Amino acid sequence: MQVPDVFEYERASSVDDAIALLEKHGDEARLIAGGHSLLPMMKLRLAVPEVLIDINDLEGLDHIRIDGDEIAIGAMVRHAALLESALLAEHYPIFADAERVIADPLVRNRGTIGGSFCQGDPAEDLASVGTALRGSAVIRSSAGERTVPIREFHQGPYETAVGDAEMLVELRFPIRTHIGSAYAKVERRVGDWAVAAAGAFVQLDGDQIADVGIGLTAVGADGFTCPEAEDLLRGGPATPERFADAAQLCHDLCAPVTDQRGPEDYKRHLARELTRRVLHRATARARGEES
Amino acid sequence: MTTTEVPTSAEGNPIGFGRMHRKEDARFLRGQGTYVDDVTLPGMLHGAILRSPFAHARIVNIDTSAAEAHPRVRAVITGETLEGLGLAWMPTLSQDTQSVLATDKVRFQGAEVAFVVADDRYAARDALELIDVDYEPLDAVVDAKKALDPDAPVIRDDLEGREDNKIYDWEAGDAEHCAEVFDQADVVVTQEMLYPRVHPAPMETCGSVASMDPVSGKLTIWTTTQAPHAHRTLYALVAGLPEHKIQVISPDIGGGFGNKVGIYPGYVCSIVGSIVTGKPVKWMEDRAENLMSTSFARDYHMTGSIAATKDGTIQGLKVDVLADHGAFNGVAQPTKFPAGFFHIFTGSYDYDAAHCNVRAVYTNKAPGGVAYACSFRVTEAVYLVERMVDCLADELGMDPAELRMKNLLRPEQFPYTTPTGWEYDSGDYPRALKEAMRLAGYDELRAEQAERRRAFEAGETNQLMGIGLSFFTEGVGAGPRKHMDILGLGMADGCELRIHPTGKAVIRLSVQSQGQGHETTFAQIVAQELGIPPEDIDVVHGDTDNTPFGLGTYGSRSTPVSGAAAAVVSRRVKDKSRIIAAAALECSPDDLEWEHGRWFVKGDPDNGKTIQEIAFASHGNLELPEGVEGHLDATAVYDPPELTYPFGAYICVTDVDAGTGEVKVRRFIAVDDCGPRINPMIVEGQIHGGLADGVGMALMEVIAFDPEGNNLGGSFMDYLLPTSMECPSWETGETVTPSPHHPLGVKGVGESATVGSPAAVVNAVLDALQIRSADMPLTPAVVWRAMQGSPLRNDLAIE
Amino acid sequence: MQVTMTVNGDEVTRDVEPRMLLVHFIRDELGLTGTHWGCDTSNCGTCTLWVDGEAVKSCTVLAAMAGGRDVHTVEGVAQNGELDAVQQGFLEEHGLQCGFCTPGMIMTAKWLLERDPDPDEGTIREAISGNLCRCTGYENIVRAVRWAAEHPAGADEEVSA
Ligand SMILES: Cc1cc2nc3c(=O)[nH]c(=O)nc-3n(C[C@H](O)[C@H](O)[C@H](O)COP(=O)(O)OP(=O)(O)OC[C@H]3O[C@@H](n4cnc5c(N)ncnc54)[C@H](O)[C@@H]3O)c2cc1C
Ligand code: FES
Ligand code: FES
Repeated sequence: MQVPDVFEYERASSVDDAIALLEKHGDEARLIAGGHSLLPMMKLRLAVPEVLIDINDLEGLDHIRIDGDEIAIGAMVRHAALLESALLAEHYPIFADAERVIADPLVRNRGTIGGSFCQGDPAEDLASVGTALRGSAVIRSSAGERTVPIREFHQGPYETAVGDAEMLVELRFPIRTHIGSAYAKVERRVGDWAVAAAGAFVQLDGDQIADVGIGLTAVGADGFTCPEAEDLLRGGPATPERFADAAQLCHDLCAPVTDQRGPEDYKRHLARELTRRVLHRATARARGEES
Repeated sequence: MTTTEVPTSAEGNPIGFGRMHRKEDARFLRGQGTYVDDVTLPGMLHGAILRSPFAHARIVNIDTSAAEAHPRVRAVITGETLEGLGLAWMPTLSQDTQSVLATDKVRFQGAEVAFVVADDRYAARDALELIDVDYEPLDAVVDAKKALDPDAPVIRDDLEGREDNKIYDWEAGDAEHCAEVFDQADVVVTQEMLYPRVHPAPMETCGSVASMDPVSGKLTIWTTTQAPHAHRTLYALVAGLPEHKIQVISPDIGGGFGNKVGIYPGYVCSIVGSIVTGKPVKWMEDRAENLMSTSFARDYHMTGSIAATKDGTIQGLKVDVLADHGAFNGVAQPTKFPAGFFHIFTGSYDYDAAHCNVRAVYTNKAPGGVAYACSFRVTEAVYLVERMVDCLADELGMDPAELRMKNLLRPEQFPYTTPTGWEYDSGDYPRALKEAMRLAGYDELRAEQAERRRAFEAGETNQLMGIGLSFFTEGVGAGPRKHMDILGLGMADGCELRIHPTGKAVIRLSVQSQGQGHETTFAQIVAQELGIPPEDIDVVHGDTDNTPFGLGTYGSRSTPVSGAAAAVVSRRVKDKSRIIAAAALECSPDDLEWEHGRWFVKGDPDNGKTIQEIAFASHGNLELPEGVEGHLDATAVYDPPELTYPFGAYICVTDVDAGTGEVKVRRFIAVDDCGPRINPMIVEGQIHGGLADGVGMALMEVIAFDPEGNNLGGSFMDYLLPTSMECPSWETGETVTPSPHHPLGVKGVGESATVGSPAAVVNAVLDALQIRSADMPLTPAVVWRAMQGSPLRNDLAIE
Repeated sequence: MQVTMTVNGDEVTRDVEPRMLLVHFIRDELGLTGTHWGCDTSNCGTCTLWVDGEAVKSCTVLAAMAGGRDVHTVEGVAQNGELDAVQQGFLEEHGLQCGFCTPGMIMTAKWLLERDPDPDEGTIREAISGNLCRCTGYENIVRAVRWAAEHPAGADEEVSA
């Protein structure tokens, strides 16, 4: 088996401790949460950090709860907990839709929501869930806490708004009424990363779309989304024709790259097809026609 | 030979054929198996291989000084070191040579360049990064179709006088007669297809622990081999070591599927490492190395043509193959047959004429082509014919089941000699196909499909449904010495059986289990023949010092060849036990009659001796007839008179999402006829595994290469194996047609489902889409592109 | 660095490199070779064991990260030499061939049954989808887990039944 290069290991006892350790070791230090993105990269020696700071002992980062008019999710919440959360199922079935197709149960027992966001992989599923829902990220440093909209969180492949001596501590998602949400992914095989995926929420006001959010994974969509498609839908009727038009915009405006998962034209096609499907399902769920 | 009347032992096992728990499971279930990486010897060191990042490059210089200076490194071995020992090159299983560590050039990405021996695994890997190799990159031959272009770089300039990349051009059948038949046919359908490069990818990678005792000069090597005896002989030939001073031990093996037939440079390096350091050296490849450098399978570009009358009587089949063998011709197959048994491609039908031509080329890809449960390329052959029959059905507008039924060989035609010279032993093909159709509910499925099509065309659904068939005939049990050898070693199998004084037994096999359950099946064979309970029989295999010579387990040959050897050796013991029983009972052997496990005096059933009593008597002071030696044991070498020909009918039902190209295998019905089943549970397990292989190859497995020759399938993230989610709940059925020439009538089953299933899955997907052709693997992208009429080329990087 | 953890109920301490993967700690340091490995990329699941009651891929956990935690491997499953229900199920239903994936499969199956004692076929297939098997085609593994669900007391129950 391929093995990582040498590094030092530190175990943080609290968020403050983790941040202090990050400050102490400088930019060659990395936090390790579930380790299910970082360790595979280290084994292939694509990542060679000098110090690893283990944040698995940290308390108070594993909650999924209502906090005011938002749902707050601690950075160390594992995929498995997101999949099983009754609270999320009630408000945002998009999470369970996505979690069901993220990796496999064993990976989901370890991988965290914080790690997923901070990894910033263009094929990360939760990134487009968070983008669709227009959530926000709470980032802590020794200077205090700041909140960044998820739509500004990802700054390019593997680049995020989290600075060197900073840590993502929480993700927050506004609670909305009269909504439905859904996620759909095409993969070559169960457990594989997405060929393409799309997520959406639709908020209805009668037959009108009061608000909508679209997330796109693995198709090179700027910021994991397509605001033009959202604009087209917002304030208009929730009809198949308009869903098709919005999906077409996703097709036209995304910028997928050809790889062994599929050629560019196919991924574009999926951006359209999957967007259309999730808009339908989210709307059906908003109407209570589908669970 | 019925399985119903078998008595059971005190432990509840059948004393003979029948379902019983596997004896080997006790250790595996507790985590007590011993696989190669579980072997740890005192003072053992660890090796790692530096591999080429380039597909084709000249080696200008290798600087190992920094690696040698690493405090935990004990030795760094390069091609130059090996050249001094005459070991830089080794023979392949196809009379070619292969570099162990490159001296002049690297010829594929992942080619072996240097070997580091260090105190532990981690240090060995670290040291690889300290070796500095200066390469001069060369143009790579990636597209097999361009390998014979006049301006193609010559890969094997190490071979005297080589000016191109051609390996061989080989044909079988009667080209002239075939041309006549095609000229006169009403209908001719021609179709190109690719059986892409795939990999056996057993869950355990390859590796070895080599220990050279400097005092006795004895080399012991624990290694992942499916053929321990063949490996020992080859080591003797390659390294010039005396064969009696080599012990090859194949401990528990985590799956083989052909991946562990050949000898890999890593094994040789571990031996050299042990010689150089005087310590045992372990080398275990990682998954990337396994996928990128050890033997791949298939890689056949085929163009088939089928000729028939208007009413669907098949008259002829011909095929041109371009075979991509990679940088060295390392294919394992009997010497006479450079394309293996591919010329069995006429399959299960009756023809006037057939012809095949196979041209093999070198490319800058990993060598091998050994297998992946291919029965020496019967897999490619079956895929070709079963796709061609579907193409013909499409052309004629005929139901593919009806077309097959019309053309299948009839029972009265057996033994049947095919247009390319195979002599099929026995079969009732229509019965198997009918049984599969019955289990599937074929007519209902077709009705459901029609309704689904209607709904699709009306815009009510985007889910299409397809039904695919495949009928296969394999030739297994290689092979008769008169026809078959590998590197001059005949393919007969030895076997030894010894009955201890107390009636317990030990049987020693030349074959080696990689999960097939030999420890159970072979005990059951002895139990069936001698009436000794299977739990009283120890099965020894996988250790050349303790087993007789034979060529190993692959090509579904264990039961057809060694199984026959076990039956023969048991019958020899039985014959001897009769003489001893007669001596004990003071009668003539002719007066004795056998009932399961016991000889008794004819007409006096109470007057007899059990095999256990006879065993004790044979070791005692009972006076034996002149010329009869004491003890109760026998040896045999079984030379199969012919191959055996298992067959089966498969039906696959798929759902295809026309909006995304996603395929779901809904049902898979497999009716196999492998003759009588020794342990039906094990046989069924073999079939299940092969069906999963078929789903994997049909839907996801492929090793493609980019224009620079980079391997695009070098990890389990890129080379996808099917999971529990892609596999349906297999539905199996059977018919039983014994082989007339095998002592037990059994035909072998290890590869049947791998051979037979891919075509059924592909046919089902194409049936859903109403498209004539698309190449494996049918990933969502491939399916969608095929639907658009712009198919992808699956052997190259997607463009 | 010094790492201490509980493995199958026993506390163990070893001095190891921080980069040592848990799978190597278990296999090479403790000699518990029932836990296997089969890939570089966290895809195969042959290395599955339990850390604090969760089934995880031990090739993707550092030994250091498992420090202070409770680890269970296949070697700890049989009690007094007797197979437990899941192991017995694999025996009964021929849920293994080469046995290489088996320890990982058993640890995943046990984890599933702890949470869902009566899983249906779909649930079982989903639960083992991170454990690759190249031999069995999964069918008999699914049956093995069903067998265990139906015979929670394992072989004993069969005798008394
Ligand atoms: C076989 C396999 C298949 C997978 N398939 C998918 C898939 O289909 N879809 C998908 O979306 N994902 C997939 N993943 C990724 C999986 O979801 C990872 O678990 C997840 O992306 C990272 O979570 P982690 O906790 O393991 O992060 P880690 O690996 O621990 O960390 C990842 C990165 O984030 C940083 N980090 C972690 N936590 C914080 C924090 N709180 N603050 C700041 N920085 C932090 C780390 O320093 C590191 O750089 C797969 C992984 C594997 C191994
Ligand atoms: S070794 Fe493959 S997942 Fe751990
Ligand atoms: S039994 Fe061989 S890999 Fe599963």
